[in-house]
Amino acid sequence: MYELIAFYLFSALIIGLFLVTVMSKNILYAMTSLAAGMVLISGFFFTLGADFLGVVQLIVYVGAIMALYSFAMMFFDATKDIKEKNTSSALVFLLGGMSALVLVLIFVGLNQANLAHPDAITALYPMTEGVGNAQDVGMVLFTKYLVPFEVAAVMLLVAMIAGIILAGKKMDDSLTEDLGADEEIMIVKDKK
Amino acid sequence: METTLAQHIVTDLPQVTALGIIIKAIIILAVISAIAGFGTYIERKVLAFMQRRLGPMHVGPFGLLQIAADGIKLFTKEDIIPQNANKFIFMIAPIITAATAFIALSSVPVFPDFTIPEFIPLLGGVFVPSIASDLNIGILFVLGMMAAGLYGPLLAGMSQANKWGIIGAARTAVQFLSYEVVTGLSILAPIMLVGSLSFVDFNNYQQEGVLSWMIWQQPVAFVLFLIAGFAETNRTPFDLLEHEAEVVSGYATEYSGMRWGMFFIGEYANMITISIIASIVFLGGYDSASMFGWLTIMLKIAFFFFLMLWVRAAWPHVRPDQLMWLCWKVLMPLALVNILITAIVMMV
Repeated sequence: MYELIAFYLFSALIIGLFLVTVMSKNILYAMTSLAAGMVLISGFFFTLGADFLGVVQLIVYVGAIMALYSFAMMFFDATKDIKEKNTSSALVFLLGGMSALVLVLIFVGLNQANLAHPDAITALYPMTEGVGNAQDVGMVLFTKYLVPFEVAAVMLLVAMIAGIILAGKKMDDSLTEDLGADEEIMIVKDKK
Repeated sequence: METTLAQHIVTDLPQVTALGIIIKAIIILAVISAIAGFGTYIERKVLAFMQRRLGPMHVGPFGLLQIAADGIKLFTKEDIIPQNANKFIFMIAPIITAATAFIALSSVPVFPDFTIPEFIPLLGGVFVPSIASDLNIGILFVLGMMAAGLYGPLLAGMSQANKWGIIGAARTAVQFLSYEVVTGLSILAPIMLVGSLSFVDFNNYQQEGVLSWMIWQQPVAFVLFLIAGFAETNRTPFDLLEHEAEVVSGYATEYSGMRWGMFFIGEYANMITISIIASIVFLGGYDSASMFGWLTIMLKIAFFFFLMLWVRAAWPHVRPDQLMWLCWKVLMPLALVNILITAIVMMV
């Protein structure tokens, strides 16, 4: 009963918040509702008993959207509405609607297939009795999904090296010290 | 082994009811808010003595009633909202800070558990647990919730249409992205040793006297966590967000009255949370066997609270670029080396 209430409450809130993200013209409203929606998604994990994944969702998205905010801060005036350049809203509407329809159909189809054979639904990697959530995730991650896990790690490493190379050319120059000002002072001293 | 011990302790305790948790939540809210008010007095007094001043003296004995005077002023002051600000975001930003600070407190052990005596009508016999919500991944939840609390200063700074506010918000993002890595990595080494994310397991791991405390096994992690904790609670030397001498008041420039007070309560609640985590993870926590276990952890928490004031009196604050240099070039490599050495020692 509680799970049902929690599920519908979280669902309604998340859909509402993400609608604000898409519809709003104000960058602050869009970013804030995106962050709040991502945080609320962790509520689903908690109601399902996957505490560890819920907390990971929380930590990862809080940090990730914080980085997005800093970009918003650099490029927009947060207190004003943004003029959106929308060339063909009919096409966007059509494509968005089509993909939503396809997604719904996929899940309806899966659901129908499952309803026909309810016994066929089994967990591929069932929970191990007596160990915590984090251990369970670790077991699956380091056995079955080891290769994707390592590939993801390599991808992050590549991104990090690329970032360092892109930003690192002027790493030795300080951005905060005004070198020009120092030289001016030197010149003044020399004249004396 | 530790988990079975924890389960054993949990099954021995009386049933935790919804009523007990509600009572616990009210106790946390009331007591921590009161401590936040009292903390301002302590802070001013401690700073005054360290700087050879007297501090608040005139209102009441030793200036104790200054808390009441400040409280009345905060509650009755006009709540000003700037004309060009994004009003909705401006209004909810302080609530985010205060709410996340108290949500983080919901899964750390605050005060010992007790049963309300039978003679009290309605509530008699209700068991009030020590932890309001005993998650078995408590540490991660608390750190994640405290990280979410930084949205308060960020949104406040961006919504108020004030240049100082924007600088404060930018500094919030910089500070968050810098210290968050260090917090996680520094606490990872103790987690590896204990093999659990639950505060109860951490406490049970360190029950064999002072020498079994985690601080002796993980001194580097302890120092790193404390430094990151100072950054997390915006304490000096990392109070870049609202440093008066540079950015007027940073994200809090346009706030007044109770909305400003909520930022303050959130900051003090976060200080207490960091003190509790440091006491349990590194300094042995509460001794569940002895009668005065709750007293020892109170003393430890009080020590960390005092340490924060002490550091504020003793150290100047750092520049943003110094903070980034410190976090990314010094603390993060140290934390990684610490984890590597811990892992090698555990493997051998």
